[in-house]
Amino acid sequence: MIVFANGPVIPNFGGGGSTFACERANRLFCPNWVSQNWSSVLWPALRQHIVLTVIAVVIGFAISTALALLAYRRGWVERPVVIVTSILYTIPSLALFELLVGVPGLGLSRTTAEVALVSYTLLIMFRNTLTGLREVPAEVRDAAAGMGMGSMRTLLRVDLPLALPAIIAGVRIATVTVISLATVAALIDDEGLGAPILQAISNEVFKTELIVAGGMAIALALLADGLLVLLQRALTPWARVHQ
Amino acid sequence: MAQTEGPSAYPQAPPSAGSQAATLELRDVTKVYPDQEQPALSHLNLKVDAGQVCVLVGPSGSGKTTAMRLINRMIPLSGGDILIGGRSVLKRDPVELRRETGYVIQQIGLFPHLNVNENIATVPRLLGWDRSRIAARVRELLELIGLQEIGKRYPAQLSGGQRQRVGVARALAGDPPLLLMDEPFGAIDPINRNRLQDEFMRLQHRLRKTVVFVTHDIDEGIKLGDRIAILRERGTLAQYDTPAEILTEPADEFVAQFVGTDRALKRLGLETLAGVKLVELNGIDVGDRRVPITTTVRDALSQVLAAGGAALAVVDGEETVGAVTLELFGGLLRDGTLNGTQSEERAAR
Repeated sequence: MIVFANGPVIPNFGGGGSTFACERANRLFCPNWVSQNWSSVLWPALRQHIVLTVIAVVIGFAISTALALLAYRRGWVERPVVIVTSILYTIPSLALFELLVGVPGLGLSRTTAEVALVSYTLLIMFRNTLTGLREVPAEVRDAAAGMGMGSMRTLLRVDLPLALPAIIAGVRIATVTVISLATVAALIDDEGLGAPILQAISNEVFKTELIVAGGMAIALALLADGLLVLLQRALTPWARVHQ
Repeated sequence: MAQTEGPSAYPQAPPSAGSQAATLELRDVTKVYPDQEQPALSHLNLKVDAGQVCVLVGPSGSGKTTAMRLINRMIPLSGGDILIGGRSVLKRDPVELRRETGYVIQQIGLFPHLNVNENIATVPRLLGWDRSRIAARVRELLELIGLQEIGKRYPAQLSGGQRQRVGVARALAGDPPLLLMDEPFGAIDPINRNRLQDEFMRLQHRLRKTVVFVTHDIDEGIKLGDRIAILRERGTLAQYDTPAEILTEPADEFVAQFVGTDRALKRLGLETLAGVKLVELNGIDVGDRRVPITTTVRDALSQVLAAGGAALAVVDGEETVGAVTLELFGGLLRDGTLNGTQSEERAAR
């Protein structure tokens, strides 16, 4: 009783009565809290998390695909791109988020979070796309040219379709990475599944938020990965025929 | 009324096979690769009549593939000119030129992500044919190569021989007047290679395309070629002649070595017993040894030798038309009894 008298330990619940027995007993996980706060806390956080992820992956995909196509045509582009994106990829996420907050015009905002998230996707998707393009068999490209396909048509009808499995593999890794990192981004942009997790971290006792939001992030990553696998199967029926 | 005026140098062909062939002429063709001092080809002159199979053969480094790839401008000429149907390839847009020239390579290069129908439809699509015409053409070609059942399959689901046939069908799809084939059967096992060669001869007998066929296998060249161009190192022409001429009268030591010391036997392999003046059967003991008249002279000789040099009866259907004896073979090449190839007959077999 003395513990309670010292102040509110449990966030996001008020009043008394038997409804909050679990919280008062400081149990590790309170299902009741989840159902009470689903629509006000968890569901919006999940939606924000998806938005954060989709924006980062789409922008990252556009940039890295453009760079990969450039490097495919002009080989010397590869080295500088790999160096820059590798550096971005290796900066610890916490440090990068804090660094970016100091950049004029960014500050504590969604833009700052997206800049950081996008920077983590570039290396993965650039490498995968470029490898996929370069692994198009030479004889297939030769046959395409020999039958009178121009270079643009060869790129669109032959190179890119054949690189698709590698491209989507890159998108899968990037997506899962972003879903995971976006929870950390809540430090500078108070939204997404990271928000309830941070809330729980700052609270000494009540951990239900952390468990549920963390679990949702994992589930979201698995779901996104599964959907991308299905997308790849639908787009590349030729890749799974029996040899 | 004329149809829409296409960029084609050739009249628009109806979707049927065997409508056209073009003459091909290489004039003083030279190719020097930028990073090499020696030319890959020097001053090559060749004329191929419409509807003929010209085999380019030679050791590696003789520039035979280079010569072929110059024709559809897959690589640029360093000197000389190439005329297809009397028209210089240098005056044509390379992409357009390639759409009107069939192209088959050893690794085939079927598109793994497209099924057989779509692979065959590649050039007709590039030429902008309408859907129904493309579909009809694809059906016709699958029938031509005897693979009507596999239109919906992907290349990974085909056997090596099937892939090769589809590669040829794809090259023929636009009904090109000229077909370039670079070791098309090189990666196939010997039994299937033989079958594919026979099939190619039947096909060619029917379609009468002008064909440039690159191989390093002189026997393949002898079998398939109307004329053979033998190239030596660094792309100079050693001899350009019919298979029979090359086997009977090799131009020099290089050609003689290249065609092999068994060239006399190979020469006999070009003819059937139908082209030989047979021995009268009177009084010759042939026992029950018989060979059909469609046997090649080479195989007949082999059978005579196997029988210990004894004579064989030659039969045409049920009727015995004469005999072959060991002595007969002795004079065949010396007397010039064998004259000219019988490729038509061979193709028809």
